[in-house]
Amino acid sequence: MLRTVTLAAIAAMGLAGTAMAAETETHITDYDFPYEGPFGAFDQMQLQRGLQVYTEVCAACHGLQYVAYRTLHDEGGPGLPEDQVRAYAAQFETFDEELDDFRPATPADNFAKSAMPEAPDLSLMAKSRAGFSGPYGSGLNQLFKGMGGPEYIASLLTGYEEAPACAPEDFPGYYNVAFAAGGYPEECIDEEGHHVAPGSWIAMPPPLLGDDVVYEDGHEASVVEESKDVTAFLMWAAEPKMMARKQAGFTGVLFLGLLAVLLYFTNKRIWYRAKYGPRDE
Amino acid sequence: MSGIPHDHYEPKTGGERWLNNRLPVLGLLYDTLMIPTPKNLNWMWIWGIVLTFTLALQIVTGIVLVMHYTPHVDMAFASVEHIMRNVNGGFMLRYIHANGASLFFVAVYAHIFRSLYYGNYKSPREVTWIIGILMYLLMMGTAFMGYVLPWGQMSFHGTAVITGLFGAIPFVGESIQTWLLGASAVGQPALNRFFSLHYLMPFILAGLTIVHIWAFHSTGNNNPTGVEVRRTSKEEAKRDTLPFWPYFVMKDLFALAIVLMIFFAIVGFMPNYLGHPDNYIEANPLATPAHIVPEWYFLPFYAILRAFTADVWVVMFANWVTFGIVDAKFFGVLAMFGAIAVIALAPWLDTSSVRSGRYRPMFKWWFALLVVDFFVLMWVGAMPAEGIYPYISLIGAAYWFGYFLVVLPLLGVIEKPLPIPATIEDDFNAHYDPKTGGTHTAVKPAE
Repeated sequence: MLRTVTLAAIAAMGLAGTAMAAETETHITDYDFPYEGPFGAFDQMQLQRGLQVYTEVCAACHGLQYVAYRTLHDEGGPGLPEDQVRAYAAQFETFDEELDDFRPATPADNFAKSAMPEAPDLSLMAKSRAGFSGPYGSGLNQLFKGMGGPEYIASLLTGYEEAPACAPEDFPGYYNVAFAAGGYPEECIDEEGHHVAPGSWIAMPPPLLGDDVVYEDGHEASVVEESKDVTAFLMWAAEPKMMARKQAGFTGVLFLGLLAVLLYFTNKRIWYRAKYGPRDE
Repeated sequence: MSGIPHDHYEPKTGGERWLNNRLPVLGLLYDTLMIPTPKNLNWMWIWGIVLTFTLALQIVTGIVLVMHYTPHVDMAFASVEHIMRNVNGGFMLRYIHANGASLFFVAVYAHIFRSLYYGNYKSPREVTWIIGILMYLLMMGTAFMGYVLPWGQMSFHGTAVITGLFGAIPFVGESIQTWLLGASAVGQPALNRFFSLHYLMPFILAGLTIVHIWAFHSTGNNNPTGVEVRRTSKEEAKRDTLPFWPYFVMKDLFALAIVLMIFFAIVGFMPNYLGHPDNYIEANPLATPAHIVPEWYFLPFYAILRAFTADVWVVMFANWVTFGIVDAKFFGVLAMFGAIAVIALAPWLDTSSVRSGRYRPMFKWWFALLVVDFFVLMWVGAMPAEGIYPYISLIGAAYWFGYFLVVLPLLGVIEKPLPIPATIEDDFNAHYDPKTGGTHTAVKPAE
């Protein structure tokens, strides 16, 4: 079920250096992802499609500096075969301090850093943009709807709309209904200081226009589908051990549950005489 | 060791006698483990074990995390990501350690409010209480310094705000702040010393844990009735108590298993829920987050800190009386530390002769309001300081101080307590005697 939620997002979610006092309303859509919920798992095909979108579109400006190429082979991730990982890494050059020169990357190297200094690194984006503490700061949207960083990223990528009429033609940036921390024209602020339109103006031009990539598996390459795919990939990039973590959590809960049952009966038995045994009165 | 008469350790074999004559460690272990414990303790008496376990869990996971962490401003953030991605099981270690801090505070708040309700702080347990408050302060310091180590945005700017509080102290504040940070601003010296202290303080906590247990083993546990164990003879004491092993060990372990089950569900399925997402952005001194929010367990006191703004009449009065030395910022700092100090003073502020809240009809309501107040302050502490929120903080802060400084002293005078049971045994039997079906309560008139 897709539902757009209007959030009073906190301005701090935005790019470095842009602090804004007013709270901005944003439109975040609660997209469904296969990895949500306690038993949700990454969809390997979706991660591979997301990797393709990242490589062909995002990587032009953004980096992924904490992610190593070798992890593309990992179980629970995109799961590329080893030779493909090697071939994928070899497309890129990396600076080798020992050689003091550039050389083709190997699976042991990390993805490149951002090519443009103003484009943030995307390694942890899916976790650092999870600031939906609503409604009223209770965090219930995050808890029960699973609203978080991925919803934010996908909503941002699909959130480019025509700028409201109040804004001047030459206002810098691109109007985006999911972005909270960008510039906002004075003309669109009413007398009480409220923004008349949601979102704000982001420096990044619309990265996805539809059919930006040709998926090998024939999957639809609409803006929404591409956004969801690359979002899933970025979620994996931010939390590559999610599957192992859920597994560990499940095992932990199961065994502790079993232990709790055994301890319950042990405890009951130990106390029985003290509670209901013969009394010397 | 205990004031309650009970059987002491008798060495049974030659080897035991040999060791015990040279170092009475077996006797110490025996007396500690077999300590007579009031048999009517309820489920709110399990948090001590949870706390002890959590301290051990934090120390063990912390020691392993240190093996992979680098306390350097350029490398700390990346080394945490290294732990999350490359270290075997590193993501579990870090998530357990980070959420372990939350478990620690859930348990300590339950433990403290339990003691406030059942009057555990009252004579003769004041020393246990004071040591407990010291441990709570130490825990807060440890948690704060640990939060700095990943060197994310909230780590950095949170440190700037919290050390800035000390800067609000008149005359010497700035020097103290510089001394704490090792520099005029948050940077490498601060990260290094916080790392060092974050490793040291848990061991002081472990030491204080032993003193805390020693103290209440000397006075004996309080219990839900607040009635003391009879001590005239061993036989009488035995009718009020049961040995800690196996009765309470098993009970506590069962409770611990349930608590850990919930804990592992959070670690496994929503490990970042209690953290701030901004801490997944590397610290950047040039970009200050619009709202700097501390971790949830600091929020009630953070709300009290922010409640006293310059337009509150008490603040204006304090400012006038001190010729401007106490400004709004310093007043807020005093209020925050004062809010913890009044908890420590509870044994002397509470004038009631009845220990347990169970037999205090008016106290019950005021106490319930204090618990509500605590959660309201926690919520309002996370909200931006604008609109209606500062007023809610102010009301919440006023009640917090009102409870300890006005309600507790007054209630002891005006309240008529209910009759309390004559002995712990009576209370216990009333619950569990199959003949009466647990409805009959033996009472003696109130003193």
